[in-house]
Amino acid sequence: MPANRFNGHTDLGVGIGLRIPHYQHIFTHRPVVDWFEIISENFLVDGGRPLAVLDQILERYRVVQHGVSMYFGSTDRLNREHLRRLKALVKRTGTPWLTDHLCWGSVDGRYTHDLLPMPYTFEAARVTARKIREAQDFLEVPIAVENVSSYAEFHMSEMTEWEFLSEVVERADCGILLDVNNIYVSSRNHSFDPYEYLNSVPAERVAQIHIAGHSKFEKYILDTHDHPVIDPVWDLYAHATKRCGNTATLLEWDDHIPSFTEVQAEAMKAERYRLAPAPSDLEVVR
Amino acid sequence: MKLAELQRRMAEDLLRPLDRPLSKGVAEYLKPNDRLTSVERLEIYRRSVWYRLLDSLHEDFPGLRDIVGDRKFTALSEAYLSACPSTSYTMRNLGSKLEGWMRENPARVGRRVEPALDMVRLEWAHIEAFDEAEGKVIGPEDLAEYNPELVLALQPYVRLLDLRYPVDELRIQAKATSPRTGVTRVRKQAVFVAVHRSEGDVYYRRLEPGEFAVLRSLQRGGTLEKVVTRALRSAPMPEELQNSLRSWVAAWAQLGWLCHPVRTTTPPSSARSRGR
Repeated sequence: MPANRFNGHTDLGVGIGLRIPHYQHIFTHRPVVDWFEIISENFLVDGGRPLAVLDQILERYRVVQHGVSMYFGSTDRLNREHLRRLKALVKRTGTPWLTDHLCWGSVDGRYTHDLLPMPYTFEAARVTARKIREAQDFLEVPIAVENVSSYAEFHMSEMTEWEFLSEVVERADCGILLDVNNIYVSSRNHSFDPYEYLNSVPAERVAQIHIAGHSKFEKYILDTHDHPVIDPVWDLYAHATKRCGNTATLLEWDDHIPSFTEVQAEAMKAERYRLAPAPSDLEVVR
Repeated sequence: MKLAELQRRMAEDLLRPLDRPLSKGVAEYLKPNDRLTSVERLEIYRRSVWYRLLDSLHEDFPGLRDIVGDRKFTALSEAYLSACPSTSYTMRNLGSKLEGWMRENPARVGRRVEPALDMVRLEWAHIEAFDEAEGKVIGPEDLAEYNPELVLALQPYVRLLDLRYPVDELRIQAKATSPRTGVTRVRKQAVFVAVHRSEGDVYYRRLEPGEFAVLRSLQRGGTLEKVVTRALRSAPMPEELQNSLRSWVAAWAQLGWLCHPVRTTTPPSSARSRGR
Protein backbone atom coordinates (compact mmCIF):
# COMPACT_ATOMS: atom_id res chain seq x y z
CA MET A 1 0.00 0.00 0.00
CA PRO A 2 2.86 2.50 -0.34
CA ALA A 3 1.17 4.31 -3.20
CA ASN A 4 -2.49 4.97 -2.56
CA ARG A 5 -5.11 7.61 -3.16
CA PHE A 6 -4.27 9.24 0.17
CA ASN A 7 -0.74 10.12 -0.93
CA GLY A 8 -1.59 10.96 -4.51
CA HIS A 9 -0.51 7.50 -5.72
CA THR A 10 3.12 8.40 -5.16
CA ASP A 11 5.79 6.04 -3.97
CA LEU A 12 8.25 8.21 -2.08
CA GLY A 13 10.99 6.76 0.08
CA VAL A 14 12.64 8.30 3.12
CA GLY A 15 12.48 12.07 3.49
CA ILE A 16 13.89 14.72 5.81
CA GLY A 17 12.28 17.78 7.37
CA LEU A 18 13.57 20.95 5.72
CA ARG A 19 15.09 23.13 8.45
CA ILE A 20 16.89 26.50 8.29
CA PRO A 21 20.23 25.32 9.80
CA HIS A 22 20.59 22.91 6.87
CA TYR A 23 19.96 25.34 4.02
CA GLN A 24 23.61 26.09 3.39
CA HIS A 25 24.58 22.42 3.34
CA ILE A 26 21.77 21.56 0.97
CA PHE A 27 22.57 24.34 -1.50
CA THR A 28 26.31 23.73 -1.34
CA HIS A 29 26.42 19.94 -1.42
CA ARG A 30 23.11 19.11 -3.11
CA PRO A 31 22.71 15.87 -1.18
CA VAL A 32 20.60 13.06 -2.57
CA VAL A 33 17.32 13.17 -0.64
CA ASP A 34 14.17 11.45 -1.79
CA TRP A 35 11.95 14.29 -0.59
CA PHE A 36 11.71 17.14 1.88
CA GLU A 37 8.83 17.86 4.19
CA ILE A 38 8.19 21.56 4.78
CA ILE A 39 6.14 23.19 7.51
CA SER A 40 3.48 24.89 5.43
CA GLU A 41 2.98 27.84 7.77
CA ASN A 42 6.63 28.86 7.39
CA PHE A 43 5.99 29.58 3.72
CA LEU A 44 2.55 31.23 3.76
CA VAL A 45 4.15 34.57 3.00
CA ASP A 46 4.11 37.09 0.19
CA GLY A 47 7.83 37.28 -0.52
CA GLY A 48 11.36 37.38 0.83
CA ARG A 49 13.78 34.65 1.69
CA PRO A 50 11.30 31.91 2.67
CA LEU A 51 9.82 31.73 -0.82
CA ALA A 52 13.19 32.23 -2.54
CA VAL A 53 14.60 29.28 -0.62
CA LEU A 54 11.55 27.17 -1.31
CA ASP A 55 11.78 27.84 -5.05
CA GLN A 56 15.42 26.80 -5.03
CA ILE A 57 14.53 23.58 -3.21
CA LEU A 58 11.70 22.88 -5.64
CA GLU A 59 14.08 23.11 -8.59
CA ARG A 60 15.85 20.01 -7.33
CA TYR A 61 13.68 18.13 -4.83
CA ARG A 62 10.18 16.83 -4.23
CA VAL A 63 8.38 18.58 -1.39
CA VAL A 64 5.46 17.49 0.79
CA GLN A 65 3.60 20.01 2.95
CA HIS A 66 3.02 19.43 6.65
CA GLY A 67 0.89 21.90 8.59
CA VAL A 68 0.71 22.77 12.27
CA SER A 69 -2.30 25.02 12.70
CA MET A 70 -5.34 23.85 10.77
CA TYR A 71 -6.77 22.53 14.04
CA PHE A 72 -9.32 20.22 12.48
CA GLY A 73 -10.53 19.29 15.97
CA SER A 74 -11.38 22.85 17.05
CA THR A 75 -15.04 23.77 17.00
CA ASP A 76 -14.02 27.05 15.33
CA ARG A 77 -14.64 27.24 11.60
CA LEU A 78 -11.70 26.80 9.26
CA ASN A 79 -9.74 30.02 8.80
CA ARG A 80 -10.45 31.08 5.19
CA GLU A 81 -7.35 33.25 4.90
CA HIS A 82 -5.22 30.36 6.09
CA LEU A 83 -6.86 28.04 3.55
CA ARG A 84 -6.46 30.53 0.73
CA ARG A 85 -2.77 30.87 1.39
CA LEU A 86 -2.37 27.13 1.78
CA LYS A 87 -3.97 26.58 -1.59
CA ALA A 88 -1.54 29.01 -3.23
CA LEU A 89 1.32 27.14 -1.60
CA VAL A 90 -0.06 23.79 -2.76
CA LYS A 91 0.01 25.12 -6.31
CA ARG A 92 3.57 26.33 -5.85
CA THR A 93 4.97 23.11 -4.36
CA GLY A 94 2.88 20.57 -6.22
CA THR A 95 2.66 18.61 -2.98
CA PRO A 96 1.06 15.23 -3.79
CA TRP A 97 -0.70 15.21 -0.43
CA LEU A 98 -0.93 17.51 2.56
CA THR A 99 -0.84 16.69 6.25
CA ASP A 100 -1.82 18.30 9.53
CA HIS A 101 -2.61 17.08 13.00
CA LEU A 102 -5.58 15.34 14.54
CA CYS A 103 -5.90 17.86 17.35
CA TRP A 104 -7.38 21.17 18.34
CA GLY A 105 -5.60 24.41 19.27
CA SER A 106 -7.87 27.41 18.86
CA VAL A 107 -11.15 28.44 20.38
CA ASP A 108 -13.34 31.47 19.58
CA GLY A 109 -10.62 32.76 17.27
CA ARG A 110 -7.88 32.62 19.90
CA TYR A 111 -4.87 30.47 18.98
CA THR A 112 -2.78 28.57 21.54
CA HIS A 113 -0.23 27.49 18.90
CA ASP A 114 -0.10 24.05 20.48
CA LEU A 115 -1.35 20.62 19.41
CA LEU A 116 -3.98 19.90 22.03
CA PRO A 117 -5.45 16.42 22.53
CA MET A 118 -8.95 15.52 21.43
CA PRO A 119 -11.59 14.00 23.64
CA TYR A 120 -12.40 10.71 21.90
CA THR A 121 -16.13 11.24 21.42
CA PHE A 122 -18.47 10.73 18.49
CA GLU A 123 -19.32 14.43 18.50
CA ALA A 124 -15.61 15.31 18.21
CA ALA A 125 -15.18 12.78 15.40
CA ARG A 126 -18.10 14.34 13.50
CA VAL A 127 -16.83 17.90 13.92
CA THR A 128 -13.29 16.96 12.96
CA ALA A 129 -14.25 14.86 9.94
CA ARG A 130 -16.50 17.62 8.59
CA LYS A 131 -13.68 20.14 8.73
CA ILE A 132 -11.21 17.78 7.07
CA ARG A 133 -13.67 17.22 4.23
CA GLU A 134 -14.17 20.98 3.85
CA ALA A 135 -10.43 21.59 3.72
CA GLN A 136 -9.90 18.73 1.30
CA ASP A 137 -12.61 20.03 -1.02
CA PHE A 138 -11.17 23.53 -0.97
CA LEU A 139 -7.51 22.58 -1.33
CA GLU A 140 -8.13 19.90 -3.95
CA VAL A 141 -5.32 17.70 -2.65
CA PRO A 142 -5.52 14.55 -0.49
CA ILE A 143 -5.24 15.26 3.24
CA ALA A 144 -3.74 12.91 5.81
CA VAL A 145 -4.09 13.55 9.54
CA GLU A 146 -1.37 12.84 12.07
CA ASN A 147 -1.94 11.21 15.45
CA VAL A 148 -0.39 13.53 18.07
CA SER A 149 1.49 12.57 21.21
CA SER A 150 -0.53 13.37 24.31
CA TYR A 151 -0.13 13.89 28.03
CA ALA A 152 -3.77 14.04 29.11
CA GLU A 153 -6.99 12.03 28.86
CA PHE A 154 -10.56 13.23 29.15
CA HIS A 155 -13.36 11.85 31.31
CA MET A 156 -15.77 12.31 28.43
CA SER A 157 -13.91 10.03 25.98
CA GLU A 158 -16.08 7.26 24.60
CA MET A 159 -13.44 5.22 22.76
CA THR A 160 -9.71 4.58 22.49
CA GLU A 161 -7.42 6.88 20.53
CA TRP A 162 -7.03 4.36 17.71
CA GLU A 163 -10.78 3.90 17.48
CA PHE A 164 -11.17 7.67 17.32
CA LEU A 165 -8.53 7.95 14.60
CA SER A 166 -10.32 5.29 12.54
CA GLU A 167 -13.70 6.92 13.13
CA VAL A 168 -12.44 10.30 11.93
CA VAL A 169 -10.59 9.11 8.82
CA GLU A 170 -13.47 6.88 7.73
CA ARG A 171 -15.99 9.72 8.16
CA ALA A 172 -13.70 12.21 6.39
CA ASP A 173 -12.48 9.67 3.86
CA CYS A 174 -8.94 10.94 4.34
CA GLY A 175 -5.50 9.47 4.89
CA ILE A 176 -3.38 8.95 7.97
CA LEU A 177 0.05 10.30 8.74
CA LEU A 178 1.06 7.62 11.18
CA ASP A 179 3.56 8.94 13.72
CA VAL A 180 5.02 5.87 15.37
CA ASN A 181 7.02 7.94 17.84
CA ASN A 182 3.82 9.66 18.95
CA ILE A 183 2.17 6.27 19.43
CA TYR A 184 5.11 5.20 21.58
CA VAL A 185 5.07 8.43 23.64
CA SER A 186 1.32 8.26 24.25
CA SER A 187 1.45 4.54 25.03
CA ARG A 188 3.94 5.23 27.81
CA ASN A 189 2.01 8.23 29.12
CA HIS A 190 -1.34 6.45 29.08
CA SER A 191 -0.23 2.84 29.66
CA PHE A 192 -1.59 1.17 26.54
CA ASP A 193 -0.08 -1.37 24.17
CA PRO A 194 1.35 0.46 21.12
CA TYR A 195 1.07 -2.70 19.02
CA GLU A 196 -2.66 -2.88 19.69
CA TYR A 197 -2.84 0.68 18.36
CA LEU A 198 -0.81 -0.17 15.25
CA ASN A 199 -2.81 -3.32 14.56
CA SER A 200 -6.07 -1.39 14.73
CA VAL A 201 -5.17 1.41 12.34
CA PRO A 202 -6.76 1.07 8.87
CA ALA A 203 -3.49 0.32 7.08
CA GLU A 204 -4.91 1.03 3.65
CA ARG A 205 -5.32 4.69 4.63
CA VAL A 206 -1.75 5.28 5.78
CA ALA A 207 -0.25 7.86 3.43
CA GLN A 208 2.95 8.62 5.31
CA ILE A 209 4.88 7.68 8.45
CA HIS A 210 6.74 9.96 10.88
CA ILE A 211 9.63 8.86 13.06
CA ALA A 212 11.36 11.00 15.70
CA GLY A 213 13.15 11.08 19.01
CA HIS A 214 11.73 12.18 22.36
CA SER A 215 12.74 13.01 25.94
CA LYS A 216 12.06 10.88 28.98
CA PHE A 217 11.18 12.53 32.27
CA GLU A 218 10.50 10.95 35.64
CA LYS A 219 6.73 10.73 35.28
CA TYR A 220 6.10 11.12 31.57
CA ILE A 221 7.66 11.18 28.12
CA LEU A 222 7.72 14.38 26.07
CA ASP A 223 7.69 14.50 22.28
CA THR A 224 10.66 16.83 21.78
CA HIS A 225 12.11 15.81 18.40
CA ASP A 226 15.60 16.49 19.72
CA HIS A 227 17.13 13.01 19.92
CA PRO A 228 17.82 10.05 17.67
CA VAL A 229 15.04 7.50 17.30
CA ILE A 230 15.16 4.87 20.04
CA ASP A 231 15.06 1.12 19.33
CA PRO A 232 11.49 0.50 20.59
CA VAL A 233 10.29 3.16 18.12
CA TRP A 234 12.26 1.51 15.30
CA ASP A 235 10.58 -1.77 16.26
CA LEU A 236 7.20 -0.07 15.96
CA TYR A 237 8.27 1.34 12.62
CA ALA A 238 9.21 -2.14 11.41
CA HIS A 239 5.82 -3.43 12.51
CA ALA A 240 4.01 -0.53 10.82
CA THR A 241 5.94 -1.20 7.62
CA LYS A 242 4.90 -4.86 7.70
CA ARG A 243 1.27 -3.79 8.01
CA CYS A 244 1.27 -0.85 5.60
CA GLY A 245 4.09 -1.65 3.17
CA ASN A 246 7.01 0.62 2.37
CA THR A 247 5.31 3.92 3.04
CA ALA A 248 6.79 7.40 2.55
CA THR A 249 8.68 8.00 5.78
CA LEU A 250 10.00 11.16 7.35
CA LEU A 251 12.40 11.78 10.23
CA GLU A 252 11.53 14.84 12.31
CA TRP A 253 14.30 16.68 14.16
CA ASP A 254 13.30 20.14 15.38
CA ASP A 255 15.39 21.04 18.39
CA HIS A 256 19.14 20.87 19.04
CA ILE A 257 19.35 20.11 15.34
CA PRO A 258 22.62 18.36 14.43
CA SER A 259 24.39 18.59 11.08
CA PHE A 260 22.53 17.66 7.94
CA THR A 261 24.77 14.60 7.53
CA GLU A 262 23.82 13.37 10.99
CA VAL A 263 20.11 13.87 10.43
CA GLN A 264 20.32 12.19 7.05
CA ALA A 265 22.20 9.21 8.53
CA GLU A 266 19.51 8.83 11.20
CA ALA A 267 16.76 9.00 8.60
CA MET A 268 18.44 6.43 6.40
CA LYS A 269 18.37 3.92 9.25
CA ALA A 270 14.73 3.52 8.20
CA GLU A 271 15.95 1.65 5.13
CA ARG A 272 16.97 -1.26 7.39
CA TYR A 273 13.39 -1.75 8.42
CA ARG A 274 11.79 -1.34 5.04
CA LEU A 275 10.76 -4.43 3.16
CA ALA A 276 12.75 -5.85 0.28
CA PRO A 277 10.83 -5.37 -2.97
CA ALA A 278 8.59 -8.28 -3.88
CA PRO A 279 9.65 -10.31 -6.96
CA SER A 280 6.66 -8.99 -8.86
CA ASP A 281 7.84 -5.41 -8.19
CA LEU A 282 11.28 -6.32 -9.53
CA GLU A 283 9.68 -7.61 -12.69
CA VAL A 284 8.02 -4.25 -13.14
CA VAL A 285 11.32 -2.44 -12.57
CA ARG A 286 13.05 -4.54 -15.25
CA MET B 1 -20.06 18.30 28.31
CA LYS B 2 -20.11 19.45 24.69
CA LEU B 3 -16.88 19.77 22.71
CA ALA B 4 -17.11 23.56 22.44
CA GLU B 5 -17.55 23.97 26.19
CA LEU B 6 -14.62 21.65 26.92
CA GLN B 7 -12.35 23.57 24.57
CA ARG B 8 -13.35 26.92 26.08
CA ARG B 9 -12.70 25.70 29.62
CA MET B 10 -9.40 24.09 28.74
CA ALA B 11 -8.19 27.09 26.72
CA GLU B 12 -9.05 29.40 29.61
CA ASP B 13 -6.96 27.24 31.94
CA LEU B 14 -4.08 26.97 29.48
CA LEU B 15 -3.90 30.70 28.86
CA ARG B 16 -3.93 31.49 32.58
CA PRO B 17 -0.52 33.11 33.32
CA LEU B 18 2.08 30.73 34.72
CA ASP B 19 2.31 32.46 38.08
CA ARG B 20 -1.36 31.77 38.79
CA PRO B 21 -2.46 28.35 40.02
CA LEU B 22 -4.70 26.18 37.90
CA SER B 23 -8.20 25.70 39.22
CA LYS B 24 -9.34 22.44 40.75
CA GLY B 25 -12.03 22.43 38.06
CA VAL B 26 -9.45 20.85 35.76
CA ALA B 27 -10.21 17.51 37.42
CA GLU B 28 -13.78 17.77 36.13
CA TYR B 29 -12.62 17.24 32.56
CA LEU B 30 -9.12 15.71 32.77
CA LYS B 31 -8.34 12.32 34.23
CA PRO B 32 -5.43 11.78 36.60
CA ASN B 33 -3.23 8.72 36.10
CA ASP B 34 -1.06 6.67 38.45
CA ARG B 35 1.80 9.21 38.18
CA LEU B 36 0.22 12.63 37.65
CA THR B 37 -2.82 14.52 38.91
CA SER B 38 -5.21 16.14 36.44
CA VAL B 39 -3.69 19.53 37.19
CA GLU B 40 -0.14 18.23 36.67
CA ARG B 41 -1.15 16.80 33.32
CA LEU B 42 -2.63 20.10 32.18
CA GLU B 43 0.43 21.91 33.49
CA ILE B 44 2.55 20.10 30.87
CA TYR B 45 0.44 21.74 28.19
CA ARG B 46 0.24 25.13 29.89
CA ARG B 47 4.03 25.39 30.11
CA SER B 48 4.36 24.32 26.51
CA VAL B 49 1.86 26.94 25.34
CA TRP B 50 3.37 29.79 27.33
CA TYR B 51 7.04 28.99 26.70
CA ARG B 52 6.39 28.76 22.96
CA LEU B 53 4.64 32.14 22.91
CA LEU B 54 7.15 33.86 25.18
CA ASP B 55 10.08 32.43 23.20
CA SER B 56 8.58 33.81 20.03
CA LEU B 57 8.31 37.37 21.43
CA HIS B 58 11.76 37.02 22.97
CA GLU B 59 13.18 36.19 19.55
CA ASP B 60 11.23 38.89 17.69
CA PHE B 61 11.92 41.83 20.01
CA PRO B 62 15.56 41.68 21.24
CA GLY B 63 15.87 45.46 21.08
CA LEU B 64 12.82 46.04 23.27
CA ARG B 65 14.26 43.50 25.70
CA ASP B 66 17.44 45.54 25.90
CA ILE B 67 15.58 48.77 26.60
CA VAL B 68 13.26 47.50 29.32
CA GLY B 69 15.48 44.72 30.72
CA ASP B 70 14.92 40.96 30.66
CA ARG B 71 12.70 40.66 33.75
CA LYS B 72 10.47 43.54 32.74
CA PHE B 73 10.29 42.18 29.22
CA THR B 74 9.03 38.80 30.43
CA ALA B 75 6.39 40.44 32.66
CA LEU B 76 5.39 42.77 29.83
CA SER B 77 5.10 39.84 27.40
CA GLU B 78 2.90 37.85 29.79
CA ALA B 79 0.61 40.83 30.35
CA TYR B 80 0.44 41.55 26.61
CA LEU B 81 -0.36 37.95 25.68
CA SER B 82 -3.05 37.82 28.36
CA ALA B 83 -4.64 41.00 27.03
CA CYS B 84 -4.09 40.27 23.34
CA PRO B 85 -4.06 36.51 22.76
CA SER B 86 -3.00 35.36 19.32
CA THR B 87 -5.76 35.55 16.73
CA SER B 88 -3.65 34.39 13.82
CA TYR B 89 -2.73 30.94 12.54
CA THR B 90 0.88 32.07 12.55
CA MET B 91 3.09 33.09 15.45
CA ARG B 92 4.74 35.58 13.12
CA ASN B 93 1.86 37.94 13.87
CA LEU B 94 2.13 37.57 17.65
CA GLY B 95 3.63 41.04 18.13
CA SER B 96 1.32 42.85 15.71
CA LYS B 97 -0.62 44.59 18.49
CA LEU B 98 2.28 45.16 20.85
CA GLU B 99 2.85 48.84 20.01
CA GLY B 100 -0.82 49.70 20.53
CA TRP B 101 -0.99 47.75 23.75
CA MET B 102 2.17 49.44 25.08
CA ARG B 103 0.69 52.87 24.31
CA GLU B 104 -2.37 51.95 26.36
CA ASN B 105 -0.32 50.38 29.16
CA PRO B 106 2.79 52.59 29.62
CA ALA B 107 3.16 51.50 33.25
CA ARG B 108 3.96 47.99 32.02
CA VAL B 109 6.86 49.35 29.98
CA GLY B 110 8.70 51.11 32.79
CA ARG B 111 10.57 54.39 32.68
CA ARG B 112 11.74 54.34 29.05
CA VAL B 113 8.39 54.37 27.32
CA GLU B 114 9.33 56.57 24.34
CA PRO B 115 12.43 54.67 23.22
CA ALA B 116 10.61 51.40 23.89
CA LEU B 117 7.77 52.48 21.59
CA ASP B 118 10.24 53.48 18.89
CA MET B 119 11.97 50.13 19.23
CA VAL B 120 8.80 48.10 19.00
CA ARG B 121 7.84 50.00 15.83
CA LEU B 122 11.26 49.27 14.36
CA GLU B 123 11.13 45.59 15.30
CA TRP B 124 7.65 45.10 13.89
CA ALA B 125 8.76 46.83 10.68
CA HIS B 126 11.69 44.40 10.61
CA ILE B 127 9.31 41.43 10.71
CA GLU B 128 7.17 42.88 7.93
CA ALA B 129 10.14 43.84 5.74
CA PHE B 130 11.44 40.27 5.93
CA ASP B 131 8.61 38.60 4.04
CA GLU B 132 6.38 41.26 2.48
CA ALA B 133 5.70 41.09 -1.26
CA GLU B 134 8.06 42.45 -3.88
CA GLY B 135 6.73 44.34 -6.88
CA LYS B 136 8.20 44.36 -10.36
CA VAL B 137 11.34 46.44 -10.05
CA ILE B 138 11.87 49.72 -11.88
CA GLY B 139 15.64 49.80 -12.12
CA PRO B 140 18.19 52.45 -13.16
CA GLU B 141 17.90 51.34 -16.81
CA ASP B 142 14.16 52.08 -16.75
CA LEU B 143 14.88 55.61 -15.58
CA ALA B 144 17.64 56.35 -18.09
CA GLU B 145 15.25 58.53 -20.04
CA TYR B 146 12.68 60.70 -18.27
CA ASN B 147 9.19 59.35 -18.83
CA PRO B 148 6.56 61.69 -17.39
CA GLU B 149 3.90 58.97 -17.70
CA LEU B 150 5.78 56.34 -15.69
CA VAL B 151 3.86 55.47 -12.52
CA LEU B 152 6.14 54.63 -9.63
CA ALA B 153 5.51 52.93 -6.30
CA LEU B 154 7.62 52.00 -3.32
CA GLN B 155 8.31 48.30 -2.80
CA PRO B 156 5.74 46.93 -0.32
CA TYR B 157 8.53 45.52 1.83
CA VAL B 158 10.03 48.96 2.53
CA ARG B 159 8.87 50.42 5.85
CA LEU B 160 9.42 54.11 6.69
CA LEU B 161 9.81 55.21 10.29
CA ASP B 162 10.20 58.62 11.90
CA LEU B 163 11.80 57.88 15.25
CA ARG B 164 12.54 60.06 18.25
CA TYR B 165 15.44 57.87 19.31
CA PRO B 166 18.18 56.24 17.19
CA VAL B 167 16.98 52.77 18.10
CA ASP B 168 18.18 51.36 14.76
CA GLU B 169 21.75 51.45 16.08
CA LEU B 170 20.64 49.88 19.33
CA ARG B 171 18.83 47.07 17.53
CA ILE B 172 21.94 46.21 15.52
CA GLN B 173 23.95 46.06 18.74
CA ALA B 174 21.25 44.02 20.47
CA LYS B 175 21.33 41.43 17.73
CA ALA B 176 25.11 41.33 17.66
CA THR B 177 25.62 40.90 21.38
CA SER B 178 22.56 38.91 22.43
CA PRO B 179 21.99 37.68 25.08
CA ARG B 180 22.32 40.69 27.37
CA THR B 181 21.04 41.15 30.85
CA GLY B 182 21.40 44.89 31.55
CA VAL B 183 19.11 47.74 30.61
CA THR B 184 20.41 49.80 27.70
CA ARG B 185 20.06 53.59 27.67
CA VAL B 186 19.62 55.61 24.52
CA ARG B 187 19.83 59.36 23.99
CA LYS B 188 17.06 61.26 22.30
CA GLN B 189 17.81 62.13 18.67
CA ALA B 190 15.20 62.22 15.91
CA VAL B 191 16.05 60.01 12.96
CA PHE B 192 14.29 58.84 9.81
CA VAL B 193 14.82 55.22 8.89
CA ALA B 194 13.84 52.94 6.02
CA VAL B 195 13.60 49.27 6.97
CA HIS B 196 14.13 47.24 3.82
CA ARG B 197 15.58 44.01 2.57
CA SER B 198 18.21 42.97 0.12
CA GLU B 199 18.83 39.38 -0.96
CA GLY B 200 16.68 38.11 1.89
CA ASP B 201 18.33 40.09 4.70
CA VAL B 202 16.73 43.05 6.45
CA TYR B 203 18.66 46.35 6.68
CA TYR B 204 18.10 49.80 8.15
CA ARG B 205 18.96 52.88 6.12
CA ARG B 206 18.99 56.38 7.56
CA LEU B 207 17.13 58.96 5.49
CA GLU B 208 17.26 62.72 5.23
CA PRO B 209 14.00 64.44 6.25
CA GLY B 210 13.26 65.49 2.66
CA GLU B 211 14.03 62.01 1.38
CA PHE B 212 11.65 60.57 3.96
CA ALA B 213 8.88 62.94 2.83
CA VAL B 214 9.26 61.97 -0.83
CA LEU B 215 9.35 58.25 -0.01
CA ARG B 216 6.20 58.65 2.09
CA SER B 217 4.53 60.20 -0.90
CA LEU B 218 5.91 57.46 -3.14
CA GLN B 219 4.15 54.87 -0.96
CA ARG B 220 0.88 56.25 -2.35
CA GLY B 221 2.20 55.86 -5.89
CA GLY B 222 2.10 58.16 -8.90
CA THR B 223 4.27 59.77 -11.52
CA LEU B 224 7.49 61.29 -10.23
CA GLU B 225 6.07 64.78 -10.64
CA LYS B 226 2.96 63.91 -8.67
CA VAL B 227 4.98 62.22 -5.95
CA VAL B 228 7.26 65.21 -5.51
CA THR B 229 4.43 67.75 -5.61
CA ARG B 230 2.58 65.83 -2.94
CA ALA B 231 5.71 65.58 -0.80
CA LEU B 232 6.35 69.31 -1.06
CA ARG B 233 2.81 70.04 0.08
CA SER B 234 3.26 67.99 3.23
CA ALA B 235 6.85 68.94 3.97
CA PRO B 236 8.27 72.04 2.28
CA MET B 237 11.92 71.50 1.50
CA PRO B 238 14.75 73.97 1.00
CA GLU B 239 15.87 74.27 -2.59
CA GLU B 240 19.17 72.51 -1.98
CA LEU B 241 17.29 69.45 -0.77
CA GLN B 242 15.07 69.50 -3.82
CA ASN B 243 18.29 69.33 -5.80
CA SER B 244 19.07 66.05 -4.04
CA LEU B 245 16.08 64.44 -5.68
CA ARG B 246 18.02 63.13 -8.64
CA SER B 247 20.58 61.36 -6.44
CA TRP B 248 17.87 59.99 -4.15
CA VAL B 249 15.91 58.50 -7.02
CA ALA B 250 19.10 57.00 -8.44
CA ALA B 251 19.92 55.43 -5.07
CA TRP B 252 16.38 54.04 -4.63
CA ALA B 253 16.48 52.56 -8.13
CA GLN B 254 19.85 51.00 -7.35
CA LEU B 255 18.44 49.46 -4.16
CA GLY B 256 15.45 48.07 -6.05
CA TRP B 257 12.99 50.13 -3.98
CA LEU B 258 11.09 51.48 -6.97
CA CYS B 259 8.48 49.25 -8.51
CA HIS B 260 5.35 49.23 -10.56
CA PRO B 261 2.23 49.60 -8.39
CA VAL B 262 1.35 46.39 -6.54
CA ARG B 263 -2.22 45.49 -5.70
CA THR B 264 -2.24 44.00 -2.22
CA THR B 265 -5.50 42.49 -1.06
CA THR B 266 -4.41 40.71 2.09
CA PRO B 267 -2.38 41.62 5.13
CA PRO B 268 1.13 40.16 5.18
CA SER B 269 1.53 36.99 7.14
CA SER B 270 4.07 34.32 7.72
CA ALA B 271 5.19 32.02 10.47
CA ARG B 272 7.99 30.52 12.29
CA SER B 273 6.39 27.26 13.16
CA ARG B 274 8.11 24.17 14.24
CA GLY B 275 7.33 20.70 13.04
CA ARG B 276 5.66 18.43 15.52
